[in-house]
Amino acid sequence: MDSNHIIAWFADVGLEDRLTVGGKGGSLGELTRAGIEVPPGFVVRTNGFERFIQALDAQAPLRAVIEGLDPDDLDAVTSATAAIRERVEASPLPEDVETGILEAHAELCGNADMPVAVRSSATTEDAEDASFAGLQDTYLWVIGPEEVLRLVRSCWASLYSVESVSYRLKHKLPEAGVAMAVVIQQMVDARAAGVMFTRSPTTGDRSVVTIEGACGLGSAVVSGEVTPDRWVIGKITGEIPVRDISDKHIQQIPKAGGGIVEVPLPDDLRKAACLSDEELLKLRDLALKAERHYKRPQDIEWAIDRHTGKILLLQSRPETVWSSKDAKPVAAPAADPLSHVMSIFGGRK
Amino acid sequence: MLDKTKGFPLPSSLTVVPGTEAAQAAYPYYTQFSEEDDERFWFYNSMHFPEPMTVFDMVTAEAAYCALGSANTRVHCLPTTLGIDHRIINGRVYIGGNAVTDPAEIARRTEEFQKRAFYYYANWERLYDQWKEKMRVLIEDAKALPKPELPEFEPLEHVHAGRGVASNHYLLDIYQKSLEGYFRMWHHHFEFLLLGYGAYLTFFDFCKKAFPEITDQTIARMVAGFEAEIFRPDDELKRLARRAVELGVDGKFQEGASADDILKSLEQLGEPGREWLRELEVSRDPWFNVSVGDGFYHYHRAWNDDLALPFSALPGYIQKVRAGETLERPIEQLMNERQQLIDGYRELLDNDDDRAAYDQMIGLACRVFPYVEGHKFYCEHWYTNLFFNKIREFGALLAEHGFFAATEDVFHLSHYELEAAIIDLMTSWSNGSAPRGPARFPKLVAERKAAIAEWAKHETPPALGHVPDVIDDPAIVMLWGITRESLETWLSAGEVDPNEIRGFAASQGVVEGTARVVKSVQEISRLKQGDILVCQITNPAWAPIFQKIAGAVSDIGGSMSHAAIVAREYGLPAVVGTGQATSRIKDGQRVRVDGGRGVVTILE
Repeated sequence: MDSNHIIAWFADVGLEDRLTVGGKGGSLGELTRAGIEVPPGFVVRTNGFERFIQALDAQAPLRAVIEGLDPDDLDAVTSATAAIRERVEASPLPEDVETGILEAHAELCGNADMPVAVRSSATTEDAEDASFAGLQDTYLWVIGPEEVLRLVRSCWASLYSVESVSYRLKHKLPEAGVAMAVVIQQMVDARAAGVMFTRSPTTGDRSVVTIEGACGLGSAVVSGEVTPDRWVIGKITGEIPVRDISDKHIQQIPKAGGGIVEVPLPDDLRKAACLSDEELLKLRDLALKAERHYKRPQDIEWAIDRHTGKILLLQSRPETVWSSKDAKPVAAPAADPLSHVMSIFGGRK
Repeated sequence: MLDKTKGFPLPSSLTVVPGTEAAQAAYPYYTQFSEEDDERFWFYNSMHFPEPMTVFDMVTAEAAYCALGSANTRVHCLPTTLGIDHRIINGRVYIGGNAVTDPAEIARRTEEFQKRAFYYYANWERLYDQWKEKMRVLIEDAKALPKPELPEFEPLEHVHAGRGVASNHYLLDIYQKSLEGYFRMWHHHFEFLLLGYGAYLTFFDFCKKAFPEITDQTIARMVAGFEAEIFRPDDELKRLARRAVELGVDGKFQEGASADDILKSLEQLGEPGREWLRELEVSRDPWFNVSVGDGFYHYHRAWNDDLALPFSALPGYIQKVRAGETLERPIEQLMNERQQLIDGYRELLDNDDDRAAYDQMIGLACRVFPYVEGHKFYCEHWYTNLFFNKIREFGALLAEHGFFAATEDVFHLSHYELEAAIIDLMTSWSNGSAPRGPARFPKLVAERKAAIAEWAKHETPPALGHVPDVIDDPAIVMLWGITRESLETWLSAGEVDPNEIRGFAASQGVVEGTARVVKSVQEISRLKQGDILVCQITNPAWAPIFQKIAGAVSDIGGSMSHAAIVAREYGLPAVVGTGQATSRIKDGQRVRVDGGRGVVTILE
């Protein structure tokens, strides 16, 4: 792809494009390539950010100001970053950047009222570290091109939060290497949504897929506003030995005019399973597809479209908790295969 | 941690139900609790003996524990355990294991065990073939035993042949041979059993460690065979259904018609009817020797003795044949599915060591498991049925001579008393005087019948005495699934949801339906399409009615029980081993069966 392009569609990128489309953008592209449906969208590549910051830097120094800060002088960092964020949020975009985003948005939405998500997409592994705060900005149910442009700048501004800047100063990371892509994709008006893991989060068992979900938008599950239903499904067998159906008192749904609203769930839905067995098995298949594609256990966000009934994956990233532990063999092969039975007959060791 | 303060009552604190003391005393002295028994831990064997046992039926416990003990203690020399003691109170069987705890003794027994058990494992196929031959001979011998009879005069041909020994002597001869055969059969039953379970459990433990959330039933499916004898009775019914259609006699098999009526109408049909009846005879011997229970109670009758169950299933199968459906089990497909399961889990293992160990363990488990699946038909079903029917013949003879009113009353005499009654009859026949039994037994039988009815009304504690610190007796864990965890559950009983009944997750799926609490085979005709069968035992003999029902719940059985295997094959949600479903669920209630979690919920 022409490296000058400001916009990239999901189908055209993959994980190897991380430096220009960020982790989130690359991952959505990768899923699309693997044949897994995600809500359609595009990425504002890092050169959009680069063009914008260069333009700002030309008007008045920006990067040099940051590199000149003393990380231990919190007051100075606070006031300098506030001023920079204000500049980032208030300044108009270079014309070609703005046109690129608006054209892509129009192509994605058809009509301007279609809500989208605007999500920051960081380019470095470090950026996914929880300590590198401020980079996980996601704006949901954004309606209209003006709002999209504003929030793209908000994503970029988050790179100049006190925490982000302090982190870079402490680790002596050069400002020239700082970049951020922004993902813009259609919102899913979810009938049910949630997360799933291709191994057990509680035991690390790789033979199961654990699915958690609730009615309405997935934000209620991710933020912990509602206790989700929970299922454990055998990866190989498709059996569902665990079904914990919770009392889901509320659901989050899109608000007219943008944003989300929390509403009580009707009584007949509160204590009913939010997914059918058929949907559970389809989710399992998608989880396995993602795991096979990435060749390692995955942590996935999913949603079911209220209108089409389609299952979409919103995100898939490597599971990190269990994968970082050393897996010791459970048993070793024995010279005499019969001697294994001594583990039962030989008594406690 | 186990809450010891909540512990179980001591045996000495358990009282015989007032008014049943004499019936309690009828059980042998060596099965009565004594003071020393307070020092030990006992649990109620509700898995095998869920109801109060008549004094004769107790021979099953006696013969089984005698054989199990000798296999463990003296034959294979299990390192950490000897045999199992049993005690009886209020008709309930309590059992307690004898653990070996001295490390030096465990080491000495380990050396012996490896010389013996490992030889069995190494030569399994040859020894199992030999076992089948021994069982065949044993069964032939039992079948060859004549019916006990006392003619008024010794038949002339006996006299002319110079037989010399009179008919009354043969009563004792037949009885003692029957009893001897039954005790011997149980030795065969345990010849391989613990070793088979042990190899299975070795693989099971490995899977639980490698895949902490794998279900018991999944592991079971990886090891289960598909051509075990226990599937044959149902297969024979399917064959008979197909033959009925082929011979054009299928119109006689109407839903709701009694077996007798169907048999009579077939006889009147001429050659095609007679041809079908000949086919029936082929199937009956031996495959209708399958018991509708676990074969531990005299009233668990075989299909052969009560055709109601197999015949109630035939109309359904016939309809399927007419509709062009395939009734035969898709063996090849089942085998492929099993192989996919084995390969799928293998692939999930993290490293080569685990994969190599997995291969070794499942290799052994699959080699030895056919015995664990196959022995039951020969032992608990076929032989046990022959034995109880022989005792019934003595019951009929004694009833005829006024010892008691009905044939079945014989099961209220202990096997010692029965021998005494037989000798009494032999003596009186030889002397021409009246037997003494008729003055003695009717009162005892009445007393004991009343006691059994009374005992059935009383709950009995699931365990007695001090809980040992460690329960790793492989026999107890394997055969009864008793662990520290299961004892915890027993101790906390009463704190659970009153509408929930928990058991083993036997076959996955969730289904709701109307509960039919079926206490005997005579009641199965009440089952309607889509009902939930609630019974004491979901035995493979019940398999033919699985085509009708939507789910099954039983009081007895584990996730490796044959019932569970059959339920999985029928794709029917099943929860087994609940211990109390038939007493807690009322007929007609709506229930939900979650066979994946092992939970039954009463919905109303």
